[in-house]
Amino acid sequence: MSAPILSVRGLERRYGARIGCTGVGFDLWPGEVLGMVGESGSGKSTLLSCLAGHQRPDAGSVTYDGRDVLAMPETERRRLARTEWAYVHQHAREGLRMGVSAGANVGERLMATGARHYGRIRAQAIDWLDRVEIDETRIDDRPTAFSGGMQQRLQIARNLVTGPRLVFMDEPTGGLDVSVQARLLDLLRGLVRDMGLSVIIVTHDLAVVRLLADRLMVMKSGRVVEQGLTDQVLDDPQDAYTQLLVSSVLQV
Amino acid sequence: MSDYNFAYLDEQTKRMIRRAILKALAIPGYQVPFASREMPMPYGWGTGGVQLTAACLTPEDRLKVIDQGADDTTNAVSIRKFFQRTAGVAVTEATREATLIQTRHRIPETPLTEDQVLVYQVPIPEPLRFLEPRETETRKMHELEEYGLMHVKLYEDIARHGQIATSYAYPVKVEGRYVMDPSPIPKFDNPKLSGCPAIQLFGAGREQRIYALPPHTQVVSLDFDDHPFVASKPDHDCDLCGASDSYLDEVITDDRGGRMFVCSDTDFCMGRVRAGHAGRLAGQSKGAAA
Repeated sequence: MSAPILSVRGLERRYGARIGCTGVGFDLWPGEVLGMVGESGSGKSTLLSCLAGHQRPDAGSVTYDGRDVLAMPETERRRLARTEWAYVHQHAREGLRMGVSAGANVGERLMATGARHYGRIRAQAIDWLDRVEIDETRIDDRPTAFSGGMQQRLQIARNLVTGPRLVFMDEPTGGLDVSVQARLLDLLRGLVRDMGLSVIIVTHDLAVVRLLADRLMVMKSGRVVEQGLTDQVLDDPQDAYTQLLVSSVLQV
Repeated sequence: MSDYNFAYLDEQTKRMIRRAILKALAIPGYQVPFASREMPMPYGWGTGGVQLTAACLTPEDRLKVIDQGADDTTNAVSIRKFFQRTAGVAVTEATREATLIQTRHRIPETPLTEDQVLVYQVPIPEPLRFLEPRETETRKMHELEEYGLMHVKLYEDIARHGQIATSYAYPVKVEGRYVMDPSPIPKFDNPKLSGCPAIQLFGAGREQRIYALPPHTQVVSLDFDDHPFVASKPDHDCDLCGASDSYLDEVITDDRGGRMFVCSDTDFCMGRVRAGHAGRLAGQSKGAAA
């Protein structure tokens, strides 16, 4: 726990005159889960895609493990993205290759990093399908034959198979019904603890961050309005917007 | 005949194509874009190959054109006639005598020499196309040598069929750098790509790409450690010439399940027959190889 794994300073991304996000700075420590909440259009996804290198920020710095991500050559950034990083999309079909089998989806990152032994790739794929609770008899089925929850779990398996250190998640439970959500969250929590992952999770669902996140950042209009320990922020919100956000959650 | 410039294309176009060829030879396996011209034949009939041939031909050349190994199929005959008419060059069916060979889907069985140029007709030059439809992305993948996806296709083959079922257009890696589509040649021909003394040029007219293998280039077929590449062919000997080491076509001879296997390379097969070799059906089905 000597140094933060990801360190962000003064990050800004503009769309013309409009602000995507601005003045964002934080440290993410190894093994920590950071939640980002805020309403639609508050800049959460912009921020996440800037961090993951899908978009180029206009100002600021992103340092991963002591290396300046923005100054890195693209080769190295893309290599990071398929080895030490992982990105879980909101819609599983964006993160999966729908035309090839589940096994090939899980194996793709292995093959991208040089695995050339079919038997071992397949064994690892079976192992990971098992870990995300997908029956191994489904290994040769295409993701199109899977339910939404299974697709999302497959996407997670595909991302975690190379043992990444830093995982970006963009609304991983969006669009799933509550019981499937609960299982997925349970699974994620187990994996995060077992593998010691550092995670940045973007969501608008406060229940998700309550379960998963150690620390919370609340965003509004592209700016961070409040950050702190999850329970602290949710139980004792200081900012007016956070208070509104917390109080607008329906109680069943 | 004199109504056309030599070999149909105007000199400026040939110059442009030759520059693309030189660049392609300098970076083996790299797809060089070029301003492909409209040719007096439809796309898919070898417009890319024809443009390469036109740019390479000299009046002293002797041209051979093959289609699926045969010299006498429609595509081969029409392209050969085209150059006889527009360039007035000598033509031949003998691989050994030709200086320039335009081919579709085969490499001749007779080993090529360093005095020869082999021109391939290519329908889709991008080996990653069916896995990644975005051209911007595949270019980036070539640039950054991200070829893991190619193995995803081979993985899918084994998962589905128990073996690598890709039997033509089998992806290769050139000099440890670019992954290349060898055009739809059978994978039986893949080993002939490597270390070939002849210049090999690949032209895709509709897709506007030229790529090349200079002489003696190392070309490796992609595979898995536990599923190595196998240059497969039908498990038979040629029924006309008895050759056991050439690529065979299966020909249905009647409607009662009768069939025969013959060399797809007609020049090679005839040469052997003339030299006195005989296969299972030699004599009784003369001309069936045609």
